[in-house]
Amino acid sequence: MMAVLIFVASLATLVMFFVSYCRSLVASSSRHPLSAEVRDVTGIRTVATAADYARVVQLLRLCPERQEDRAGLQAVGIYYSWLTVAQRMLAWIAPSLRSWTEHEQACCAYFAAVTLDRRIAHSREMLTHEAEL
Amino acid sequence: MPGPIGLMIWFLGTAFELTFVVCSLARKSFLRYFFLNLYVLLSTTVSIGRFLILFSYGGAESDQYMYFYFYSDALLTLALYFALISLYSHILGELRAGEYVKWVAVFLLLGTAGFTYAVVAQSTQRLSTSFAYELSQNLYFVGLVLTYILWGAVLKLRETRTRLVQIILSLGLYFSGHAASYALMNFSGRYSLIQYLTPALACFLPLSWSVTMLRHSDESRLAPAQLVAVPR
Repeated sequence: MMAVLIFVASLATLVMFFVSYCRSLVASSSRHPLSAEVRDVTGIRTVATAADYARVVQLLRLCPERQEDRAGLQAVGIYYSWLTVAQRMLAWIAPSLRSWTEHEQACCAYFAAVTLDRRIAHSREMLTHEAEL
Repeated sequence: MPGPIGLMIWFLGTAFELTFVVCSLARKSFLRYFFLNLYVLLSTTVSIGRFLILFSYGGAESDQYMYFYFYSDALLTLALYFALISLYSHILGELRAGEYVKWVAVFLLLGTAGFTYAVVAQSTQRLSTSFAYELSQNLYFVGLVLTYILWGAVLKLRETRTRLVQIILSLGLYFSGHAASYALMNFSGRYSLIQYLTPALACFLPLSWSVTMLRHSDESRLAPAQLVAVPR
């Protein structure tokens, strides 16, 4: 009985901490300005929309991976999927949830765009370094 | 003996732990987060010690390995409590609550030791079987509650330091994952996929701390309003 109670409470806090962790990842990139190149490629001008996420992730797959990006991207990817499920399942119960999930998904898209920006900058640095050698 | 997957997770965890210490040194934050580094270094030492004992004394069922495992686990949990208390000091430092934090830490340690002693006194006949799992589950759950309170303080005090926020959230994920997996082991049996969950979680903590150290400086800030699901 005790183990079941601890399991349920731990699972609830696990979800809460995971959502907060993803939000902190997304929040930490919100002040990062996007380069002109990334804005052109992704079509994001100043504010991202929920629909941008899939396109930015496809662009990310074309870029060489960076080890330190992977965990954060995966976490935010899971968070985005949860938001999509929440939007589909719960939006008809609470309509206000729809705009909130869309805002969150837009933040995820901006996070992915910032990661793309970093990957492009990193690849360029590597190329410059190789050319120098 | 652990299988190839278990060994791979073990090596990865140790490598991530060393990465965190190197990152702390490289970013000149070793002393600032001394207790986190102490815990990680201790965990690396324990991991190497367990590995040596496992292969010297013939597997995980040997008495030597069992004793080393449970005593080192208690030591690691103690070190993690110190790391958690040091995070409380960081968060409550500006309130000049350092003295209170120290007293609460001492009280907490004594309380946990007393509780553990009481449980051990009642269950000596099953010390090395399900008792060890129950004890670990309880200790991690206490850690989870403390981290949850710390997270409440972060939100209440509108903490903006990105590094601290992400270190605390990673610790919360680690504690809740551990407490949940130990509880699951207690009521579902130990020899299933869950046996990989605990070491995989042990990999997550140093990895996420390393990424936080690498990506954010002490000056990095985030808006506290972006951390709560419902903006206040």
